[in-house]
Amino acid sequence: MSAHLIALRQALRRLGRKPVATLLSALVIAIALTLPALGYVLVDNVAGLANGISGKPEISVFLKNEVPPDRVKAIETSLRIDPAIAALRFVPRDVALKQLAARGGFADVTGALVDNPLPDAFVIEPRNDTPASFEALRKQIATFPEVAETQLDSEWVERLHAIVVLARSITLLLASLLGAALLIVTFNTIRLQLLTQRQEISVKLLLGATRNYVRRPFLYFGLLQGLLGGVLAWILVAALLQVIAPQIEALAQRYSIALNIGGPAPWQGAVLCAFAALLGWLGAGISVRRHLHDGLVID
Amino acid sequence: MIEFDHVSKHYPGGNEALTNLSLEIRHGELLVLAGHSGAGKSTLLKLIAALEAPTAGRVLVNGLDVGRMRRSQVPYLRRSLGLVMQEHRLLMDRTVFDNVMLPLTISSQPPSDAAKRVRVALERVGLAEFENAMPITLSGGEQQRVAIARAIVNRPSILIADEPTAHLDPAYAREIAALFRSFHAAGVTLILATHDDTLYSPYGARRVELAHGKLLS
Ligand SMILES: Nc1ncnc2c1ncn2[C@@H]1O[C@H](COP(=O)(O)OP(=O)(O)OP(=O)(O)O)[C@@H](O)[C@H]1O
Ligand SMILES: [Mg+2]
Repeated sequence: MSAHLIALRQALRRLGRKPVATLLSALVIAIALTLPALGYVLVDNVAGLANGISGKPEISVFLKNEVPPDRVKAIETSLRIDPAIAALRFVPRDVALKQLAARGGFADVTGALVDNPLPDAFVIEPRNDTPASFEALRKQIATFPEVAETQLDSEWVERLHAIVVLARSITLLLASLLGAALLIVTFNTIRLQLLTQRQEISVKLLLGATRNYVRRPFLYFGLLQGLLGGVLAWILVAALLQVIAPQIEALAQRYSIALNIGGPAPWQGAVLCAFAALLGWLGAGISVRRHLHDGLVID
Repeated sequence: MIEFDHVSKHYPGGNEALTNLSLEIRHGELLVLAGHSGAGKSTLLKLIAALEAPTAGRVLVNGLDVGRMRRSQVPYLRRSLGLVMQEHRLLMDRTVFDNVMLPLTISSQPPSDAAKRVRVALERVGLAEFENAMPITLSGGEQQRVAIARAIVNRPSILIADEPTAHLDPAYAREIAALFRSFHAAGVTLILATHDDTLYSPYGARRVELAHGKLLS
């Protein structure tokens, strides 16, 4: 335990001895982490949009005109007991007309109409949301003789889903690439340190230091440097969000999408820092494993 | 006790440093290793501290075959030895005190007890008033004495020194030799490689001479 404290103190001292170099390395790490972290936060927000707004995809079922009310009732009953249907909403033709009139721009048109041209309709929410089961349900409902038309409302949700999935993969790809960059940065920092401390390391080994004793300060150094980079990245992400979130929200507003981009949650920041610290530790570990024996030359 | 049992050492590249060498060093002995440059003196000392491994034969330190011990055990062997090399190998960016403290830190001794032992060791080599000095400000002889203090601070029962006075002028060399003899008088097993065995032979040292990796006498 106290050996770990000594190593931690040594690592801190090394970080503190060259504050500018420390800050620069941490910034390189932070910048590498910022892009995927920012991507993650944005994708997360848009994914919430895709799940939240339209909820489940729906099927609109338009009946033929002049279907007598008792037939409508009968169809509704048979749909309600269908296990493939999770929820059902009946939209009478006059309600549909009112909704249409309420929508901007249509008031004059509807007012000019003598007859209501709209049919009665059902809006169905399927229980199962795979596209295939969806299509099956739509076909089945279309077989009612009173049904004029069925329409899937899921398309844009599916597109949004596809975009989110793509954006997720891209973010993940970026994260792995830039994570590798972080690993390499740490690997190299530690390699240079091992080189400059060759003499000190060989003296310590000569005096009976274990490999762990020699290795530990470097591991802590990598860990702390990564952690520092993670903290800086978190600050960068929060700051960048402050700048671009209003712009993205304004853009979404133009498409009548009420998007409210939230900043990174504390746990997400913690995950980011932990991830950076872990990569720093790993990079240092690999570097020490690779280079320490070279520093062992004792004569 | 240290025992060389038919030990040979080839360095990669074909240099044969030691050939079929057998030697016993008893507890409390003062052994002086003499021999021409390249005779194998340093190699012999390195084998004891597992800084090199023999290519053939066994090197036993207190019954332990140090050439074949597990790598994780080597640090504990080194902690039980005091090593003084030809180059003093001090850390130039630490004070004298911190340099002597190093073996105690490495073996995780409690700091307050350790500080006391560092002062005793510095006292022993006559550098008590230099504990806060940086090694670079000391003379060659004083630096070598810091290295000796560092070697004895763990109170090893075996002290190994490789030409500890080679770079020093005769007055300093005599001073250091006297220091080593006093450790021997205190019961420490002392193994020294030196070109100048007159510093020790009048004081009950056993002299062993190497030539081309073999014992002469
Ligand atoms: N690391 C090494 N790699 C290859 N050959 C080596 C190595 N160390 C020593 N040798 C060779 O082994 C032989 C013995 O070397 P060693 O250093 O033991 O001699 P020495 O008696 O200590 O000499 P000196 O008095 O000059 O210090 C020499 O021929 C030397 O060139
Ligand atoms: Mg030598």
